[in-house]
Amino acid sequence: MSSDTWPLWEVFVRSRRGLSHTHAGSLHAPDAEMALRNARDLYTRRMEGVSLWVVPSASITASSPDEKDPFFEPAADKPYRHPTFYEIPEGVKHL
Amino acid sequence: MTTTDTTAGTATATDPALTSAALALGDDALVLAQRLGEWAGNAPVLEEEVALANIALDLLGQARVLLSLAGDEDELAFLREERAFRNVQLVEQPNGDFAHTIARQLYFSTYQRLLYAALAAGDTPLAGLAAKAVKEVAYHQDHAEHWTLRLGDGTEESHRRMRTACEALWRYTGELFQPLDGLGLDTTALEAAWLDSVTAVLTRAGLPVPSGSRTGAWRAGAGRQGLHTEHFGRLLAEMQHLHRSHPGATW
Amino acid sequence: MTAGTAGTAVTAEAPGTHAADAAAQAAREAVFDAAVAADERIEPRDWMPEAYRASLVRQIAQHAHSEIIGMQPEANWITRAPSLRRKAILMAKVQDEAGHGLYLYSAAETLGVSRDELLDKLHTGRQKYSSIFNYPTLTWADVGAIGWLVDGAAITNQVPLCRCSYGPYARAMVRVCKEESFHQRQGYEALLALSRGTEAQHAMAQDAVDRWWWPSLMMFGPPDDESTHTAQAMAWKIKRHTNDELRQRFVDIAVPQAEALGLTLPDPDLKWNEERGHYDFGPIDWAEFWDVLKGDGPCNDQRITTRRQAHEDGAWVREAAAAYARKHTGQPGEAQA
Repeated sequence: MSSDTWPLWEVFVRSRRGLSHTHAGSLHAPDAEMALRNARDLYTRRMEGVSLWVVPSASITASSPDEKDPFFEPAADKPYRHPTFYEIPEGVKHL
Repeated sequence: MTTTDTTAGTATATDPALTSAALALGDDALVLAQRLGEWAGNAPVLEEEVALANIALDLLGQARVLLSLAGDEDELAFLREERAFRNVQLVEQPNGDFAHTIARQLYFSTYQRLLYAALAAGDTPLAGLAAKAVKEVAYHQDHAEHWTLRLGDGTEESHRRMRTACEALWRYTGELFQPLDGLGLDTTALEAAWLDSVTAVLTRAGLPVPSGSRTGAWRAGAGRQGLHTEHFGRLLAEMQHLHRSHPGATW
Repeated sequence: MTAGTAGTAVTAEAPGTHAADAAAQAAREAVFDAAVAADERIEPRDWMPEAYRASLVRQIAQHAHSEIIGMQPEANWITRAPSLRRKAILMAKVQDEAGHGLYLYSAAETLGVSRDELLDKLHTGRQKYSSIFNYPTLTWADVGAIGWLVDGAAITNQVPLCRCSYGPYARAMVRVCKEESFHQRQGYEALLALSRGTEAQHAMAQDAVDRWWWPSLMMFGPPDDESTHTAQAMAWKIKRHTNDELRQRFVDIAVPQAEALGLTLPDPDLKWNEERGHYDFGPIDWAEFWDVLKGDGPCNDQRITTRRQAHEDGAWVREAAAAYARKHTGQPGEAQA
């Protein structure tokens, strides 16, 4: 990691009251305040979000894959697991 | 995406003083949007591409509404010459490095927020427009303050660059508080609030508050009087050339 | 040994032996292949063949690089846009492209690479970007032509990717596609205004289309019989249609659009073929395609130099922010909503 590296953050958006936060993607920021602002710029430009959470990717502890097959290697948890739930926008077909 | 085709609410173009003030404020926003547009593809990090474009788009939206109060937005933007533009000289200054751009934004957005807040609380026809704009510029100010802290209190190099930028642009900040007829604002109070706010941020960032003069020595005036810096002619040439090359065309 | 459903695999081999490893590997591949065949999504924590992972990293990264390099030819006209409305639209479009780059780098990073590594590969020519952006935007009409043809071709390519096998890439593509359709509409509208405008404007539009048509067709890549990656990419459902299929689809859509624009396409061989149910079109100059890809296009140097310069010029800014964060970690009042 060089001196100008910014850590990775995961972004969660709650687009309206009554729903829960869903994972929207990730971005780089030097600290939490900038991560929140960058997330607001990137993920709510079209006013898609009401509430934003940002979490350092390194803080996320991920579970192993669902399959209990013992032949899956017990690799070290990487903080890159993204939940499968994703809000599909209207008008996009074939999904 | 909406291209910010907001209406001006109850604002009318009938009061000449108000029209003139709207034009000046519109020119401020237009020229700064033009400068920020130059960063596209050149920003120091991808996330800032999005942030700077946000600010530019907000300002361009404000400009379009304000100019439309005074006439046709494109005629005003593309067919006036340098001496007819009434933007303050601060906004026409070249982008320089990122510190220079942030210092310019800090000074200008802090002013814009105070200005729009005062207008929103007032009873001119600009009140509605100002109420919407104040939310936008609060965000611009927030962005500039966050970067001021990070550059002022980051590395030795960033501190040096930010200090240079703050000092270089200080002389353009007095003009922001020249009263504009028709707005009914207490510019003395605005200026005091601006100084407090800027001083606080610079101090938190470990940057010295510049001490030089905040206005130039030319008695004839500055941007509000249509007297611009030499940079401005080039900015206009670039902005206007294509439009002027096709008189009467629609795009 | 069976690699069964829902995690109940059984083996007759003793664990820790070479045979056991081979059986384990075969089991993993079988689960992976079954998921892909069933049109299920592969997610970041799933086991995947190394070649699949490497292929995806390359494809997603090059897609991301294309978005950010693609900002340049259009940003070229922001300061000179002929009306305030067009200026706003173009600023928003270029901003979207930065955003798309961000979504795609984010998807690539789920595969265990960092954005910095990927940018380094771009800057040193080890990863590429779409060659279309090695052409110059010489007039305002080029901006419209890019919106109509280049974004149109990109959409043709991208919509199927919304169903690609890798989850984060598919999801990023959904977001990108949603935003891209406005880009194409605005480009088309800009060209329409020119075509219906003055003689000079019409000529400007026609000239731009004449220059951008053939490079747009090249965006779909070499012909199927010369494309080395296609077969494997399709087996893995990273690619859902062949180059020639997508190219044909694009032509079929674009020809009527050109007619509605009142502009011609620079191909005398363009003709509806009733039998095939598609438009026949003339031969593409593949020599130009390979030359531009190799680095001899009009703007290759300029695009990379500009990109690299912006990155290098920005180093002190990124360092400052990182230094500030280190100094202020754990301070009260950090994150406010």
